[in-house]
Amino acid sequence: MLRYTLKRALSLALSLCLASVIIFAVVEVAPGDPASFMLGINAQPDTVAALRAELGLDQGKFARYLAWIGGMLSGDFGLSYTYRSPVSDMIGERLWISLPLAIYALVISTAIAFPTGLYAASHRGKAGDVAVMGATQLGVAIPNFWFAMILVVIFAIKLRWFSAGGFAGWEDGLFLGLKSLTLPAIALALPQAAILSRVMRSALIETLSEDYIRTARAKGLGKRATLWRHALRNAMIPVLTIIGLQFSFLMAGAIIIEQVFFLPGLGRLVFQAITQRDLIVVESVVMLLVFAVILVNFLVDLAYAAVDPRLRDRT
Amino acid sequence: MSRSRSLTIGAVISLMILLIAAMSFIWVPYDVTQLSIPDKLQRPNWTHWLGTDHFGRDLFSMIMVGARTSIAVALLAVGIGIGLGVPLGLAAAARQGSLLDEVIMRTNDLIFAFPSLVIAILITALFGAGAMNAIIAIGIFNIPVFARVTRGGALSLWQREFILAARVSGKSALHISVEHILPNVSNLLIVQGTIQFSLGILAEAGLSYVGLGAQPPTPSWGRMLADAQTMVSFAPHLAIIPGSAIILTVLGLNLLGDGLRDLLDPKVRKGRG
Repeated sequence: MLRYTLKRALSLALSLCLASVIIFAVVEVAPGDPASFMLGINAQPDTVAALRAELGLDQGKFARYLAWIGGMLSGDFGLSYTYRSPVSDMIGERLWISLPLAIYALVISTAIAFPTGLYAASHRGKAGDVAVMGATQLGVAIPNFWFAMILVVIFAIKLRWFSAGGFAGWEDGLFLGLKSLTLPAIALALPQAAILSRVMRSALIETLSEDYIRTARAKGLGKRATLWRHALRNAMIPVLTIIGLQFSFLMAGAIIIEQVFFLPGLGRLVFQAITQRDLIVVESVVMLLVFAVILVNFLVDLAYAAVDPRLRDRT
Repeated sequence: MSRSRSLTIGAVISLMILLIAAMSFIWVPYDVTQLSIPDKLQRPNWTHWLGTDHFGRDLFSMIMVGARTSIAVALLAVGIGIGLGVPLGLAAAARQGSLLDEVIMRTNDLIFAFPSLVIAILITALFGAGAMNAIIAIGIFNIPVFARVTRGGALSLWQREFILAARVSGKSALHISVEHILPNVSNLLIVQGTIQFSLGILAEAGLSYVGLGAQPPTPSWGRMLADAQTMVSFAPHLAIIPGSAIILTVLGLNLLGDGLRDLLDPKVRKGRG
């Protein structure tokens, strides 16, 4: 297990290195100089040059890459070009909205997908299964930002149960904070719940056709007990993979949902930073998101290896 | 829903949307660039079948022209994925286990780790908003998908007798890949293409919604939704109509993809029986 973990950790480090090069390169080759952008079209060339020097943009690309990556490793993400405040502080503040939002959405998605997937698999081919599968087809097809707008009309404007946008903050208590994240979390969770429910159903159906299930049934174990004790546990591997992958979708999907609900999260930060050419913020947020995805996948891999020794031996 | 029924329903919906888009080149009920303020915010009626927007533009005409934008962007993005991903997948399979295979597959894994929407927004925002950059941004993420599907399909084919026979007869790996492997993985590619097409429609709508897709005056479904956002409480049809167009298109394509998979993939067909 140690060898497997080390091997995966090495691959994780390599992926992160490559990802950082790609992100830096994409942002670097993009047109638009941040200094000229900040000073406007009427700025004098020497003023622009002075600002470039101040921001460190006059250094070579390689030196800047090293400075950026070295800073990130030591927790110093640099200063925002636009606001002149530490990028790590800006990200830290926003993370307190985006991360709970993603987790909240993941909880909702799993809470919907598990019972529906389980129900559909155990009623395969019957009316209930067809209804659940029809609903998931629709769930996958609905753009989450459109669903968000509809939720706002119904629950914020007509019924007035929730606010139409903005974030109440965590200072006034957990309830108010969660309340302002509820509609965005539901909007984010819907398509993911539909996908997860389908995966759950097909994984269960596949497991239910295995020989050991037939053996368990032949030995007199009831249908329900077989499902809970044997099938569900074995169907968890594909389901866990999807949950791991969904985390990244939820973090990234938040970028548009945060626009709909005017939530000051990471998505809105990166969006504003892109339009203001605040490239250091853009690079850092994207790197952080990629890091989160790669890390989650790494942890999912380790979790598999822990539960299924065959996977360890294969690599 | 039975698989053959989903194929039929999916094909009918998809064909209908394609026809509407194609028809918009020769006829639309009203000019979508013509503003008519006295006619603004009308509910669906006999003169304007789906009503009008806040500038008095006919929504049905805008949906027709918007279909064109969505389809063009998503289709070209699939084209990028197939054009680059399939050769990479074929090359990786032909040299399985080689450094080339390893590099292609690890790069693919890496691209999968990137939050696609964030990168698409990054590309379109930094390189300029517009349909062309949206196509590239969506297309890039289609490349690893097609590379993986092609490699997966091709790997099992390389073990088959007819490929061995071709190798024995002295054909090169390139020759075999193009002549024998490609036709045999085309079914997989058609199914995957349909899925990526529907994902492309959703991605295009998302990019247009945040203002990074096709630019005005070209109508697009996502932009229609963005425009509707502030008026949705008193003119809900402005949001419901383009939203339904997106949902219907994606639903149609997904049903078509499911149906095609069943029709073209013998494994699924066998599994059903």
